[in-house]
Amino acid sequence: MIPDKKVISVRNLVKKFGSFVANDNLSFEVCEGEIFGFLGANGAGKTTAIRILSGLSSPTSGEVIVAGFDAHKQPEQIKKNIGYMCQKFSLYEDLTVKENIMLYGGIYGIRKQVIRERTQSLLERLNFAEYGDRLIAALPLGLKQKLAFSVAVLHEPKIVFLDEPTGGVDPITRRQFWEMIYETASRGITVFVTTHYMDEAEYCDRISIMNEGKIVALDTPAGLKKQYNVDSVEEVFIRITRPGKN
Amino acid sequence: MERFLVFVRKEFLHIFRDFRTLIILFLLPGALILLFGFVVSTDLKNATVSFLDLSNDEMTQKIADKICSSGFFRKGDNIRDFSEIDQALRANKVKAVVVFEKDFSRNIISKGKANVHIITDGSEPNMATMTTNYISAIITDFNNELAGSSAKGILLVQPEVRMFYNPALKSQHMFVPGVITLIMILVCALMTSITITREKELGTMEALLVSPLKPVQIILGKILPYFILSFIDVIIILLLSWLVFDLPVKGSLALLLAESMLYILMSLSIGILISTVSSTMQQAIFISLVGMMLPTVLLSGFIYPIENMPKIYDWISAVLPPRYFIVIVKNVMIKGTGFAYVWKETLILVFFTLLAIGISMRKFRIRLQ
Repeated sequence: MIPDKKVISVRNLVKKFGSFVANDNLSFEVCEGEIFGFLGANGAGKTTAIRILSGLSSPTSGEVIVAGFDAHKQPEQIKKNIGYMCQKFSLYEDLTVKENIMLYGGIYGIRKQVIRERTQSLLERLNFAEYGDRLIAALPLGLKQKLAFSVAVLHEPKIVFLDEPTGGVDPITRRQFWEMIYETASRGITVFVTTHYMDEAEYCDRISIMNEGKIVALDTPAGLKKQYNVDSVEEVFIRITRPGKN
Repeated sequence: MERFLVFVRKEFLHIFRDFRTLIILFLLPGALILLFGFVVSTDLKNATVSFLDLSNDEMTQKIADKICSSGFFRKGDNIRDFSEIDQALRANKVKAVVVFEKDFSRNIISKGKANVHIITDGSEPNMATMTTNYISAIITDFNNELAGSSAKGILLVQPEVRMFYNPALKSQHMFVPGVITLIMILVCALMTSITITREKELGTMEALLVSPLKPVQIILGKILPYFILSFIDVIIILLLSWLVFDLPVKGSLALLLAESMLYILMSLSIGILISTVSSTMQQAIFISLVGMMLPTVLLSGFIYPIENMPKIYDWISAVLPPRYFIVIVKNVMIKGTGFAYVWKETLILVFFTLLAIGISMRKFRIRLQ
């Protein structure tokens, strides 16, 4: 992680749908190679923020710079420089592993020869070599998830957005998945991840917690625990989102 | 462009890996044409007729033979008693019973007049009307022969009927344009709306939208394969109707193909429209089948002539694009007319295409925000 190089910088971001304020004056920065956890209860406004950061939706007001491009004016440039993996699984079940890689590689404009080389090294890294020509439908969920992540960073983006990437996966696969996330971050790719698993939040470099459209906490996991004087991020989360109950 | 082609290739892979899609694309058109051509034929052919001949003389034999040798009818078991008529009709053994009165020939000779009874099964009104008309026509013909041979010198007004454009009155002439119209709606509207909503349901649409592909490229990539494949379908149908039913394209083939392309384009844009308003495949299938297929079959003039419908259905059918395409195909294919006779319908199809594209673009933009 390089603290000085900011790949995402958001200042006073507001997103309104009619009179409903989904994102209320968000400001934060994310550094290159950082693993940034984006937490919040359902409906807190996480998905809206991610859609804006990934160029799918434009902010109502505020300054949003992602990978050096302005979300107001250059969403197409942003799209080329980010990777994305959503909570629903994003590979095609009726295509083989290699065909999926070819497709996403091609969509991101990677040359065929390069895709082939990367496919080869990717399959070896995942111990996947014998699965190359199998249909995705025939793979177990854990493998699919890992593959989807590898495909999302195939074009070496500056940032990869992971929207609840480990939903419905067993603990061992989740662990392996986080090893992949660490490995990716060490290559200098920023990982922006949302999750509902509080143990995963502990793995992040920094986390932000959203509640009712606002960012209410933003620090390292250790810093937050110290501030709230508790033992785990889970307790921090409960304190923040349900202050009356504790 | 490179990105776009990669995407189109993926769409073709989806199509060729799904046997249900393949069946709808390639088996259904042929099957429907053959089905409508042979099985659902509304022509009268080999309907069973039984006779209750109370007179059993030379003349009644002659009439019976004439009826049965016409090719429209086949002779069923003879009936000996009135009570058997009801039984035969109920058992569905015969479509009609012809009764000759007692002393038939003698009455003709002495009184100059004899009675024939035609009894049909009214539970099948179309069939009953047709059988009655055909049998009456044959008997009239027999009458004329009789009048001619007796040389009484009566001048009868004899209408000579000729059916233009379809002299043999083949019902395939009716069905081929209908089937093309139906298949295109089915393949284009149904299939494209399914393939787009499927991506929404699976979550892959999100992945595509955050990619550098533009929404226009995604939509075009989705419909291009279906455009090509449904055009091949049109050619298959035309070949089948030419080779199997001996029904060539009378007018300009180029014009017919161009109009088909327009209609395919329109159906595709309706498919896109359906996919923008529905969020699941179920919904898309429901809207396509109930909203497009059913009205096409019932109200477009495919099976039931629009002229015979109550006014209100006529108005409903006026907003159904298939109605206009059927007119175009009939004109070009069967009457052999040129563009001058179908430009109005063409313009209407262009209008519907633009309308569907316009609405879906609006909807799509709202969804993206």
